[in-house]
Amino acid sequence: MAASVRPLLERMIFRRSSRAVFVSAADGWRPSPRCYATPSCRSFSGGAAEKSTHFGFETVPESEKAKKVYAVFENVAHKYDVMNDAMSLGIHRLWKDALLRAAHPQPGARLLDVAGGTGDIAFRFLEYVGSQKRRRDGRSASWQDICEKDPGNREEGEEGAARDSRVVVCDINKEMLKVGRRKARRTGLADGVLWVAGDAEELPFDDAQFDIYTIAFGLRNVTHVELALREALRVLKPGGRFMCLEFSKVTHPVLARLYDAYSFQVIPVLGEVIAGDWKSYRYLVESIRKFPAQEELKELLEDAGFCCVGYRNLSGGVVSLHSGFKL
Amino acid sequence: MFRRVARQLPRLGNRHSTVIANACVNRRGKVTDSRYHEELYPGHIPTSPIQKTLLAVGSGIAALQDPYRHDMVAVLGETTGHPALLNLRDRMRNDPEGYRILTERPKIRLSTLDLEKMASLPEGSFGREYIRFLEDNHVTPDSRAHVKFVDNEELSYVMQRYREVHDLLHTLLGMPTNMLGEVAVKWFEAAQTGLPMCALGALLGPLRLNARSLQSLVTSLGPWAVRNGLQARCVLCVFYERRWEQSLDDLRRELNIQPPP
Repeated sequence: MAASVRPLLERMIFRRSSRAVFVSAADGWRPSPRCYATPSCRSFSGGAAEKSTHFGFETVPESEKAKKVYAVFENVAHKYDVMNDAMSLGIHRLWKDALLRAAHPQPGARLLDVAGGTGDIAFRFLEYVGSQKRRRDGRSASWQDICEKDPGNREEGEEGAARDSRVVVCDINKEMLKVGRRKARRTGLADGVLWVAGDAEELPFDDAQFDIYTIAFGLRNVTHVELALREALRVLKPGGRFMCLEFSKVTHPVLARLYDAYSFQVIPVLGEVIAGDWKSYRYLVESIRKFPAQEELKELLEDAGFCCVGYRNLSGGVVSLHSGFKL
Repeated sequence: MFRRVARQLPRLGNRHSTVIANACVNRRGKVTDSRYHEELYPGHIPTSPIQKTLLAVGSGIAALQDPYRHDMVAVLGETTGHPALLNLRDRMRNDPEGYRILTERPKIRLSTLDLEKMASLPEGSFGREYIRFLEDNHVTPDSRAHVKFVDNEELSYVMQRYREVHDLLHTLLGMPTNMLGEVAVKWFEAAQTGLPMCALGALLGPLRLNARSLQSLVTSLGPWAVRNGLQARCVLCVFYERRWEQSLDDLRRELNIQPPP
């Protein structure tokens, strides 16, 4: 591993400050009518009755959800990318490209991609900053002079871009990370990426480490969404940006009917035929329905402390891109 | 909508009792509500007609591309086999031994077989030959996929029994598990059961055979398999678990199966 990355790795993996996370009514949480996660006092007594949450359309104890979600992604990991292409007819690539374009990262930016197991966002990020660097290099001499004074930009070429801009992929599921690492080795982008196993609700990183935090199609699998959002706020630098790409509610009624029919009739069949796993893909479809809609997610982001929260619908609301800033 | 309701009415009694049984026993014992889609048997996945059609097409294509995807062959059989399964079930009901099988529900699993006892049976006995077949071909009765997409509990058992009897058929017909042997067994099964999956396998399997095997199939093995499939007694109606000591030749005579050419 490059020498520059090692201290970064150590700083990031070993959190100096241990943090007990309390979520209580006193913090001003707006209780949500949905059952995705009831804000509760996460005390250490453990004597209270087990709260339940949704796992797709099933109701399970909260402690079980994480295990069940882990099992789902362990099963689908090896066919995850193929299935994404099949289910979305390749459109998921456009959604992820849109996320990167909206983020518009510059060389030197540090990205944390949570629930990013197979590395789609990470690789796109590296290619994007690489192309940004090339554009910058091609500009007028005076601008290059300014750039050369910046120690971070002394290197040239792809290698330089990779070492400048670092991306950390954090995923709770080791199988997904394995698939991502394999892809990185195949595409030759292994240098710029750090693969970390971690929980979005309790990230193993210190405060204010990252410029951009992304979570693409992962937030709906988290048991306590508000905890993940708080952690995102914590690890972002001031001025940092939170971006979330997630399936959301289709507003147009005809499109919604078609989308529902496609989701429930076709996707589990694709799961069975391609991956030999009907139930995991039925879970994926159901979990989309249980996740908050665009406005509710925006409110959650604001409650968590993000500013200038906005969202953009992609593909008619099938996917929405939420963005917030830490100020 | 009316048609759907009308179709469900005869099944209501069956499902009603299953739901009550599940609620009373409460096997899972955790905070799970009853699934919105009732499972008729463990591993059952209820599917709509559209899903069944898509599954049939998809699994057919997948099985053609990769014949070693046994799970796709299984799914193809389940989604296309309803009329044939009904026919098989009725044949079993009308046969005294078959009826006993339907009520007692025996399963051929490693856990239910006494392998040592079977291996110690005399040569030429059905049990001994079956063990020899398992050893020679490195197969196990536990590798059969579970039934998922058949929306009737009794028919799902018929399907499962058909899968479990497949290996025994190899022994009865004396066919190995190479491609030629499998195709020959498929021809026999297609003639016997009428399952569309068997017919498809019988038609498309030969495409993967080399010229010599193909010739052997067409001239001698194929006609033999079909002839025996049509004239043999229903192979699902035989309580194999009680016939391990019976001599193989005797069993073949009883089932009206000629030895392979």
